[in-house]
Amino acid sequence: MTLGVVVFPGSNCDRDVQWAAEGCLGIPTRFLWHEQRDLSGLDAVVIPGGFSYGDYLRCGAIARFAPVLEEVKAFAERGGPVLGICNGFQVLTEMGLLPGALTRNQHLHFLCEPAELVVEPGRCSWLQGYGHGQRVTFPIAHGEGRYQADPELLQRLEQNGQVVLRYARNPNGSVGDVAGLSNATGNVLGLMPHPERACDATTGGVDGRALLASLLA
Amino acid sequence: MPVYSARVLVSLRPSVLDPAGEATRAAAARLGVAGVSRLRIGKAVEVELEAPDAEAARTQLELLSDRLLANPVIENWTLELNADAAPGA
Repeated sequence: MTLGVVVFPGSNCDRDVQWAAEGCLGIPTRFLWHEQRDLSGLDAVVIPGGFSYGDYLRCGAIARFAPVLEEVKAFAERGGPVLGICNGFQVLTEMGLLPGALTRNQHLHFLCEPAELVVEPGRCSWLQGYGHGQRVTFPIAHGEGRYQADPELLQRLEQNGQVVLRYARNPNGSVGDVAGLSNATGNVLGLMPHPERACDATTGGVDGRALLASLLA
Repeated sequence: MPVYSARVLVSLRPSVLDPAGEATRAAAARLGVAGVSRLRIGKAVEVELEAPDAEAARTQLELLSDRLLANPVIENWTLELNADAAPGA
């Protein structure tokens, strides 16, 4: 088991993911610089939080064209597990691996606080370590995390069981209280909260461990 | 090849909340400008493009607008193409 962690100019949670996976759970990680294309030997890929190319134009809009992401897209389409956290979630929507878009928080504030979430694991392979309706607390840290989808799309996502993480108390105005989404087949997960910052008991809880530990199941 | 100039206007779709626009609208009132009932913030992108003719320029600019400059999930765009090309270098 080896976990790839994409690194863009501006990524700043890449080392947090490494610590959570390798330091806390013993899952070997390998950094993937945005210009490379070699995913050989990887069992799963994380697109971490932070920024990508300054997020000019829109968050994730330029990152979508990174060489490494062409390979990540093909990997996901073959059923490979892909996790996008925060900026990584924004990138997954811009790439078209997940539907909808993430926009400016309703009240314009950058939010940096613990968020209580309700998990509905459905088919999502990353969430099989959690129970139906289980409540977890992951930190959030974003200015543009308001999930946007038109009512027809949201209804379709709800019916398909793709709304796998919801805010218990919606902090940013996301439609449907959406905090995280999976694709229809369940191998791709995008979420605004940071599970990798909830893996070490010395820094605020271990609710995120089961998410990364799903790779070992 | 001739050079065409264009302006692409990107705006949030009407159904999408624009909190930055709302904050700016509130600031208008504090400036003393009363009666601003709607204020939405978008982007204006100025582009110069080499193309063999205006039709080819339009095709390329439409692709650019729809696939990169705007995200159709949340944004609309309009293209203003200046049909009078400048001579190329």
